[in-house]
Amino acid sequence: MRRVLGTQNRTLWFWVFVGPFALGLIVFTYVPLAWSVYLSFFDAHNTVSPTDFIGFDNYTSMLRNDAFTDSLVTFAVFSAFIVPTTFVLSLALALMVNRTRRGQAFLRSVFFLPAACSYVVAALIWKLSIFNGVRFGLANTVLGWFGADQTAWLSTTDPPWYWLVIVTVRLWLQAGFYMILFLAGLQRISPTLYEAAAVDGARPGWQVLRHITLPQLRATSIAVALLLVINAFQAFDEFYNLLSNSSGYPPYARPPLVYLYYTALGREQNLGLGSAGAVLLALIIAVVTVGQARWFGLGRKED
Amino acid sequence: MTAPVKRPTDDALVRVGRALRVVLLIALALLFLIPFYLLVRNGLASEEDITSPDWTFFPTTLHWSNLSELFDDPTVPMARSLFNSSLIAVATTLGTLVLASLAGYGLARIPYRYADQVFYAILGTMMVPAAVTFVPSFVLVSSLGWVSTLRGLIVPTLFSAFACFIFRQYFLGFPRELEDAARVDGLGYWRTYWRVVVPNSRPVFAAVGTIVFIGAWNSFLWPLVIGQDRQAWTVQVALATLNTSQVIRLHVLFVAAAVSIMPLLVVFLFFQRWIVAGVERSGIDD
Repeated sequence: MRRVLGTQNRTLWFWVFVGPFALGLIVFTYVPLAWSVYLSFFDAHNTVSPTDFIGFDNYTSMLRNDAFTDSLVTFAVFSAFIVPTTFVLSLALALMVNRTRRGQAFLRSVFFLPAACSYVVAALIWKLSIFNGVRFGLANTVLGWFGADQTAWLSTTDPPWYWLVIVTVRLWLQAGFYMILFLAGLQRISPTLYEAAAVDGARPGWQVLRHITLPQLRATSIAVALLLVINAFQAFDEFYNLLSNSSGYPPYARPPLVYLYYTALGREQNLGLGSAGAVLLALIIAVVTVGQARWFGLGRKED
Repeated sequence: MTAPVKRPTDDALVRVGRALRVVLLIALALLFLIPFYLLVRNGLASEEDITSPDWTFFPTTLHWSNLSELFDDPTVPMARSLFNSSLIAVATTLGTLVLASLAGYGLARIPYRYADQVFYAILGTMMVPAAVTFVPSFVLVSSLGWVSTLRGLIVPTLFSAFACFIFRQYFLGFPRELEDAARVDGLGYWRTYWRVVVPNSRPVFAAVGTIVFIGAWNSFLWPLVIGQDRQAWTVQVALATLNTSQVIRLHVLFVAAAVSIMPLLVVFLFFQRWIVAGVERSGIDD
């Protein structure tokens, strides 16, 4: 009797602790997701309670829409740039900062500081100060010292100089954060491994890095790679703030979220179509994330 | 790491390598600081100084009046949006800390038959990036009539699976002896949590709180979607509107951007060691 009461008591307390959070997650994540799936089968212009069931029409028109498929290509190109560059830069920063004795805290702060800056602010500095196309941009000023011509960075599509602007903003904002993750990983590597390597005659530098440090950082590397891809999918702020202006958004370089934002909440207010796009995007993300995790062998036991 | 055992022949090579590393680090550090400098420089320069073709490192004169011009400007609700952002960031941080820490503790410490299933249901929402749900969330919030309200900006953001995950991982590693002592003294789950666990877990609360605060202050897509009225603009939305408007007054825009990151820089510099400690203990990369 006592034990039964005790178990009930624990179940009750479990839900006292977890219930409010779980309820909020249901209301503000699961319900919207379900509603989104529901809406995606309806013709829902300007309304959240539609009446015209249209089956998979929203999905087929979304997949046939060049603007949507282009946005997926934009995302793929963007990730192909940003994931490896951020990975390499943050790892390099972590390795260098970790080996620095004097001023380590200062260097760590300097590289981590941009993480406190918003994309909106960073985009503004990049667009109006560093990569300004006319007269007063820092990049053009510096290049001018070497006799280079002025470049309209954000509106030049051939070659696509706007990628340079978009990639460097995110690199500046995020490299420090991932550097911290790598630093945490480096600090967990046992010093005895390095001592053993030195006794075995491994040369400090490349050999130690390749055979000791990088293998020991494997778990961290997988986490960073997964986070980088998921975050790349969320790209919105810098694209919106760098490329749109008072007269609209240029036809190039719309990642999926920018496209969905304009479809669902722009002039058309086509929530059915926007929901279909969101569902498609969620499916793609799920497939990519699971595939990536499998490929890295996540969840497999380490030996 | 203790110093590796070095052979004398490597010394010259090591010294060159170290010098190269120091030079590279200093160069990179300067590169990382330049954008901050440009922000402050342009915020305190005159419009002519910003747009001059003969760019100079220091502006010719410092215009502190840019600040008063910004706050006196009737077209930008700067004071209002700063107020909104502060309220949202503080409320989101406190709400998230309470909700996610309770849930994390329950998942880690209160035995329940379906605890694992509940945990996976929570973790699963991390797989769906929050940004993908913005269309349906907008639909939900607008059908509640919460568009352009602070409620609409705060409440849906309070349920962070990431924060819950970090707390659960942390509480799994919390020393059981402390809790057992509390139980012997006759404290239930509730009082054990508030009197023993929370006071002994300040670092993880500070770390998660700082990350949530920064995220809330900097968030852009959700406030852009929900804050349609000027009255409900956050400072990020106000800046973005200035940035994409017909007539851009550069000195006002830059001083606004500089003002917008000041509160955060203070929080950040003060709490950053907690973030580092939090990352190291959270098991985020294990």
